[in-house]
Amino acid sequence: MTSFKIPPSALIFLSGLAIFTIIVSVLSEGMGGGVISTSFIKTIGKTLCLCLAAIAMDLVWGYCGILSLGHFAFFGLGGYMIGMWLMYARTETIVATSMAQAEIPPTPQEVIEGVGTQIFGVVGSSEFPMIWAVADSLFLQLILVVALPGALAFLFGWLAFRSRVTGVYLSILTQAFTLALSLYLFQNESGLRGNNGLSGLQNLPYVSAGQDQVALWFLWGSAAALGGGYLLISFIVGGKFGSVIRAIRDNEARVRFLGYQVEHYKLAIFTVTACIAGIAGALYYPQAGIVNPAEMAPIASIYLAVWVAIGGRGRIYGAVIGAAFVSLLSTWFTGGQAPDLSLGFGVIKWVDWWQVLLGVSFVLVTLFAPKGIGGLFDLNFMKRR
Amino acid sequence: MRVLAAALFACWVICSEATLRAQSLSEIVSTHSQAIAKSSRKTIQPAIDALVASKLPNVEFMLVQWRAKALWLNKSTNAIIAVQDKRMIDLDTQSDLGPFEKAGFKQIKPNSGVRNLISGALVAFQLNAPDIAMRKAALASIRRNEDPAYLPLLEQSLELETDPALVAEKQQLVHLLTLKYGQSVEVRLTAIAAIGGSLDVEVRGALNPLLATRRTYATALPDDANIAKVLVPGQNGFSTQKAYQLLVAGGEAAAQPSLEQIKQALIDNIDGGRIGGVPIAQLDDPAARMKAYGALAQAGLVPAQISQSAIDATVSNFSFFDQYLEPDPQITAAAQAALKAISYRVSLSNMIDILLDAISLASIYFLAAIGLAITFGVMGVINMAHGEFIMMGAYTGYVLQQIVPDETLSILLAVPTAFAVTFCAGVVMERLVIRWLYNRPLETLLATFGISIALQQMAKNIFGTQARPLTSPDWLGGAWMINDVVSISFIRIAIFVLALIFLALFLFIMKRTRLGLETRAVTQNSQMAALMGINPDRVNMLTFGLGSGIAGIAGVAIGLYAKVTSEMGNDYIVQSFMTVVVGGVGNIWGSLAGAAMVGFLQKGIEWFNPSNTLAAQTYMILFIIIFIQFRPRGIIALKGRAAGD
Repeated sequence: MTSFKIPPSALIFLSGLAIFTIIVSVLSEGMGGGVISTSFIKTIGKTLCLCLAAIAMDLVWGYCGILSLGHFAFFGLGGYMIGMWLMYARTETIVATSMAQAEIPPTPQEVIEGVGTQIFGVVGSSEFPMIWAVADSLFLQLILVVALPGALAFLFGWLAFRSRVTGVYLSILTQAFTLALSLYLFQNESGLRGNNGLSGLQNLPYVSAGQDQVALWFLWGSAAALGGGYLLISFIVGGKFGSVIRAIRDNEARVRFLGYQVEHYKLAIFTVTACIAGIAGALYYPQAGIVNPAEMAPIASIYLAVWVAIGGRGRIYGAVIGAAFVSLLSTWFTGGQAPDLSLGFGVIKWVDWWQVLLGVSFVLVTLFAPKGIGGLFDLNFMKRR
Repeated sequence: MRVLAAALFACWVICSEATLRAQSLSEIVSTHSQAIAKSSRKTIQPAIDALVASKLPNVEFMLVQWRAKALWLNKSTNAIIAVQDKRMIDLDTQSDLGPFEKAGFKQIKPNSGVRNLISGALVAFQLNAPDIAMRKAALASIRRNEDPAYLPLLEQSLELETDPALVAEKQQLVHLLTLKYGQSVEVRLTAIAAIGGSLDVEVRGALNPLLATRRTYATALPDDANIAKVLVPGQNGFSTQKAYQLLVAGGEAAAQPSLEQIKQALIDNIDGGRIGGVPIAQLDDPAARMKAYGALAQAGLVPAQISQSAIDATVSNFSFFDQYLEPDPQITAAAQAALKAISYRVSLSNMIDILLDAISLASIYFLAAIGLAITFGVMGVINMAHGEFIMMGAYTGYVLQQIVPDETLSILLAVPTAFAVTFCAGVVMERLVIRWLYNRPLETLLATFGISIALQQMAKNIFGTQARPLTSPDWLGGAWMINDVVSISFIRIAIFVLALIFLALFLFIMKRTRLGLETRAVTQNSQMAALMGINPDRVNMLTFGLGSGIAGIAGVAIGLYAKVTSEMGNDYIVQSFMTVVVGGVGNIWGSLAGAAMVGFLQKGIEWFNPSNTLAAQTYMILFIIIFIQFRPRGIIALKGRAAGD
């Protein structure tokens, strides 16, 4: 096996990311710089997590050709898994402190019942459903962050790829899968509080630091995860494995005839990207503070594909650019900070018209710039040669 | 002397005759005038009884006037008269007494409780009234206040009844009252047998109380009681704990303190940092708590805990059973048999109801999905904006309804208008966007998705976020009720008919027109079709337009029974995709099969878990994912060389 050489684009990206993170941290409120507010730090952190999800999507679509319109489901599941531990531990601390004020100290059973009532009172029950069985252990929940999306992806992928479902059919099935999951989570009986979701995730248990510090920690964590993911994916697509993957994207039948077990490769990529998306979700939702089934609606996964397409698929940095660019732009427009455009016969309020712009630009990008923003880099580099 | 005694005796006889002679109506009324003037439901019964018992001819008239608040009390003489058309009417003779002056009179206004009692008393008169509405009202008031006294009255009036519908109603009421209040067992059994198979809720409502039970215990099973079920502690969900609680409630045993009570007792007995000799800090352990409680019980401060063996011993001394409140076992057996037969028929009817619902759902999915199946079959294009075409059709219908006020006309106009609008939109979309993306199905999916979000937002900006109503014409309102359980609304029947029309129309176009021939050719092999002189571009454009147009019409139909919002497309897009994927493309029968399967599956799953549509959709999707394993190309798949994806 040839030794792994880090490709130059990865080096540039990683160093850029590091410098960016350092500058932002120094300027933030938490470290005393005071220029960047804590909420904006959180936005940057969340964007980095979305970029991580986007490079996973790029790997499964841009490099392997599987247009999975359900990857955001894995993102959300990762968030739910870590949210379970966060909610449980924090509620347990609160309940134990309040119960310790009582005349006699509570038994462990009473503490558990108290936590159950607190968490599930909103859906009218007080017992812990089975899936919360290991919610008190951080280690096991962290394993679940990776294992649950991975297991679901493995099962779904095995069923789908085994019967040679490809192309548009597969995309539709992934949409259906994510719809089924979000519908299931909307019910109160699913054991995850229905459409209330898990809330209060920004408050870390056992930690007394303020939100500024916590936001910075998550920023560093997200940046580290993004860097690590970038390296991992560069590694995957760099060697022979990567060549086979790209060959599957270009002509699956030919690869099969060459003797490769195409289904195994696809399944591996599908599962690995699901795990990466799960990790991204686990870092995202504590910064967002709340995770609920509406986040995992089918349309969220389609947005993931939109980011990768606009940024440029087939390139890892393209996905990062697309995700960062479009999601920040989207927040800017829908947050009302964009100035209204007056057109003589009417005023365009961007809050109302941003989606139209997004849709139209998406069509234009698909029609005229299939390589996305990353294609611009090509022009740049080709000129140099 | 004897003459005097005889005369006195004669006088006495005559006088007592006079008292035995019935009082006149006004006399009865004045006796009870205070009660009548300030009537309340609890105190008025004697007055009403006296009136009814007198059997005077004008009682009915008086009761009717009383109920209609037409009685006035003369405050000086305490006499009561009726007032009609501003003339005073005497109660005894119904003769006109002169014009009515309000001065010195107070109106008697019975409240609704009293009016109900009056109605109850009037029933006897009204059961045979000449006016059908009055007879119906009498029956309704009997249903409200059931009373065994009505039974003979009802039976009498049944024989005199002429209207067949009322005969059936009265017959049923007679049976219902008999089975509850009948004098003998045979009579009641006959009544139960007579109403046996009726699906009416009233019948079930009358039979169920006959089977009410009371859970009780005795030292030994009584022989003469009508026992429904003998309960053995520890079996079938009747735990020893529950048995013991029954005994506690009956005072036969001491109560077992609950964990909450134990905790409270411990708190109440805190003694200098210890409870029962155990330091408080150690009381987070359940075993320590039991030990402390035991110490307290020994000291006599709290009721002792009762050991499990003591509980078992006490329970074993008694027999437990469910006893019917109805003493006769024949009646309970007959009622049970009748209810069983009825519930069998009810579940059969439920199944038919769900079947009808499933057919209706399938026809909706079919309408929504034909367009998608056509475009995918012919062009290999999945149109993510299909849901938005449905929405466009619905909004077109809405706009038209604002312009054309007549409902029937507006719906009739809306159908072709929606078709035209969405046809044009589809053609425009095809020419501008999709034409450049042939053979790149994934890109088409994404580009159409971009159009979809743009269209959704524009609709939201133009029409707002509230749901807009599409009113259906009156003749489409209401439902067809087959029996008490099975019913289907007319709009759903109309949608089903519309789907059938479209199926026929589509088959006609495909099999008998030039366009259909060209479309089929392009579906099978577009290059060969081009070589034969067919213009695939034109065929694609027209087919896309046709598919979008049908989506528009589906939008009008869906808008009639569901709400029209800018996001209604999202509700149907995934289901339409499922229909296309399951049914297979390129073939209308495939779409039909797919829609039928998806619709029936969803309703079938709902039957197991009623009113939970979310769960039904989830399981349906999972089932479809597994179904695709066995038939990856759908139920009816294209065969042949061109079918390679």
